[in-house]
Amino acid sequence: MTDRRTTIKWMLAAAASMPLLNQRAVSEEVSAWLPAANGYGGDPELTKQYRPGDVWPLTLSAAQRRTAAALCNVILPGDDRSPSAESVGVVGFIDEWVSAPYPRQREDRPIVLEGLAWMDAEALLRFEKYFAELDEPRQHAICDDICYEPNAAAKFARAAGFFARYRDLTVGGYYSTPAGHQDLGYIGNVPLSRFDGPPVELLRKLGLGPEPA
Amino acid sequence: MGYRTNVVTPAAKHKQYDVIVVGSGAAGGQTAYTLSMEGAKVLMLEAGRNYVPEHETPMFQTPDQAPLRGAATPEKGFGFYDATVDGGWTVPGEPYAQSTDDPRGRFAWWRSRMLGGRTNHWGRISLRNGPYDFKPRGRDGLGFDWPISYDDVAPYYDKVERLIGVYGSSEGLENTPNSPEGCLLPPPAPLISDYLVQQRARRLGIPIIPGHRAVLTQQLDYKRSPALLHPGNLKAQKIIAAHMQQRAACFWATDCGRGCSIRANYQSTTVHLPPALATGNLDIVTDAMVSQVELGPDGLASGVKYIDKISGKERQAGARVIVLAASACETVRILLNSKSARFPEGLANSSGKVGRYLMDTVGSSLRGQVPLLESLPPQNEDGASGHAFYAPWWGYQDQQKGRLGFARGYHIEFGGGRRMPDSGTLRGLERLTHGSYGKKLKDDARRYYGSFVGFAGRGEMIPNEKSYCEIDPSVKDKWGIPVLRFHWQWSDHETRQAAHMQKTFAGIIEAMGGRVMGAVQTDGAEAISPGGFIIHEVGGAMMGASPQTSVTNEWCQTWDVKNLFLNDGAVFVSNADKNPTLTIMALAWRASDHIARLMRRREL
Repeated sequence: MTDRRTTIKWMLAAAASMPLLNQRAVSEEVSAWLPAANGYGGDPELTKQYRPGDVWPLTLSAAQRRTAAALCNVILPGDDRSPSAESVGVVGFIDEWVSAPYPRQREDRPIVLEGLAWMDAEALLRFEKYFAELDEPRQHAICDDICYEPNAAAKFARAAGFFARYRDLTVGGYYSTPAGHQDLGYIGNVPLSRFDGPPVELLRKLGLGPEPA
Repeated sequence: MGYRTNVVTPAAKHKQYDVIVVGSGAAGGQTAYTLSMEGAKVLMLEAGRNYVPEHETPMFQTPDQAPLRGAATPEKGFGFYDATVDGGWTVPGEPYAQSTDDPRGRFAWWRSRMLGGRTNHWGRISLRNGPYDFKPRGRDGLGFDWPISYDDVAPYYDKVERLIGVYGSSEGLENTPNSPEGCLLPPPAPLISDYLVQQRARRLGIPIIPGHRAVLTQQLDYKRSPALLHPGNLKAQKIIAAHMQQRAACFWATDCGRGCSIRANYQSTTVHLPPALATGNLDIVTDAMVSQVELGPDGLASGVKYIDKISGKERQAGARVIVLAASACETVRILLNSKSARFPEGLANSSGKVGRYLMDTVGSSLRGQVPLLESLPPQNEDGASGHAFYAPWWGYQDQQKGRLGFARGYHIEFGGGRRMPDSGTLRGLERLTHGSYGKKLKDDARRYYGSFVGFAGRGEMIPNEKSYCEIDPSVKDKWGIPVLRFHWQWSDHETRQAAHMQKTFAGIIEAMGGRVMGAVQTDGAEAISPGGFIIHEVGGAMMGASPQTSVTNEWCQTWDVKNLFLNDGAVFVSNADKNPTLTIMALAWRASDHIARLMRRREL
């Protein structure tokens, strides 16, 4: 966990070399403060449909959500097989996650908020635009430096830690939806009158099958 | 909602009860079932709320319909859709204490405050203890022997399997009992990953056979079984035949841990309680938190005191026989809190053994990623929600020769396949993808989804002097009831076993051509799950052959108070690697038959 002072010091260090730094991006958006809220308790109704914000309030600003959406879509863009992360509600999920009153989520909150602010600060530093306003090659230029922690330069280590966490959240939020299920070829969750297991041809191809005891 | 009222049956239907059963899970459900079928008037008291699986089970909900995509939180420790109400590792207002801050000396206690208790969410794995498991000291000189043998319990395993429905097969392996013809349902079809584990583990000498789980792979035999379950009792036969027909066979979708609205797996609320209620002999009061058993001037248990959680008022109920089936630790807690001039150290505790020899199961796990399972064509692998195959313990001969460095065995549970993706399914993929994102990450996700196989060992813990619970001298719960304080210590037998599990799992993963995800933990003390984590806690009031060294006789009847019975896991003398629930039910049925016999003979 990082306190706010450390966060701001870190941001200012990054900001020191920024020619066109918009101070708002730094001062307003890195706050890790979270309003008090209750969780769903030990006995929530399980059969109703919940949306982010139904149980505790969402807390990301419009600017934070813009950056969050842009980064989600860089991580999981739409393609000919499935929609983008933003279009299946991953931004709402991430907002719900970082706004949640539970310990694991509270640990993630400063990582995500600082990370989103860093993405904008870095985008401003390199290209004089917010991350969400960059074209794809420029977004990738930043992400390529932070997408794999073991390979990241020392000055990007912290941002790479954020990226790994944010990618896991995006992946988790995406592939847990029906669209994500479809993309992966998950075709279960339907009642069947019988379950026969894998097709014999596939087993044979893999060199597997029923064996004598 | 109507089902959230605390009296399931009309209050005080019966003025007098023959038996009070405290708890409504596997032990309480079985006890109430057997006794009400035998004509006894039974009052069941459950500390949690009423729970109606037919209405409340989230059968087809996808993770995106839940807060946080269904991820686990302290309020829903096994995920949002897990069938646990007001429970988990912590229950608000109902704490328990630890004797030390050292994590290795602590015990975690999973509770559930709902009708049916933990049977609503459990893994449904239903393995019989074998002959060795009842006489472990006779084999290796450690722990204790039970006062009963496998042959004493076998007829009750037969009955429980027929009643609740357990799939599996009889393979004739050492200390892994066969079930008589007609007891087991056919096992479900294995998945591709099951076949792969089977093929490769067998090359290492590890047997892989069909698992046993309380899931209906077909409808129960409602024509033949009722007469075998209740010989000579036509009313009971008729009731159970009707209920067997009301339970649907598995439709091969939705995780069993959510519970099952079509009653296709075992939970007390869908299997034991409905036929027991149909007899008209059972009353159930929920939100009834029992604090103590009362002792009459004749030295017999006269009733129980409980808190009505709705009104907060203390109430009393009386009966000829009191059965505690509140779960091992809660049963111990009630006994230790029931102090009197005659039993200053707690009821039925003249031996001083109440609270002693608490056991859990040894657990350790490892996950592998298997290239052979990558990019397979889509297919529905929901199946019976896991455990089509397992590996029973195979090292009895090596242990007899002293080759392993630990005395007792473990079985392996494993699972892979294209299960419903949730928020954690593809977590940490960068180790395989080297940090891909964008279209490449989508391709990687498609490639790796379904290529993981997880292994979990479940091993026997030997009871020891340093693992026990007692009443905390100062802490009370919000009802004013003193709470338990736990003491815990694994012995080398358990930690070495956990290290052996890790090596074995790594060996199987390698034999599958896979790579271990994470690290193989060779330090057993690090490899072993903390005490209580496997949620197989048993012991604390063990049965035995002598009142000096045990709390109950072989019928779960306390030596000190002859109308007080402990029908749950508290009486366990050892905790075999086999998951305890099936044995809890078999022993509860056996004890209940004995109670009915004694009541008929007017000895109770």
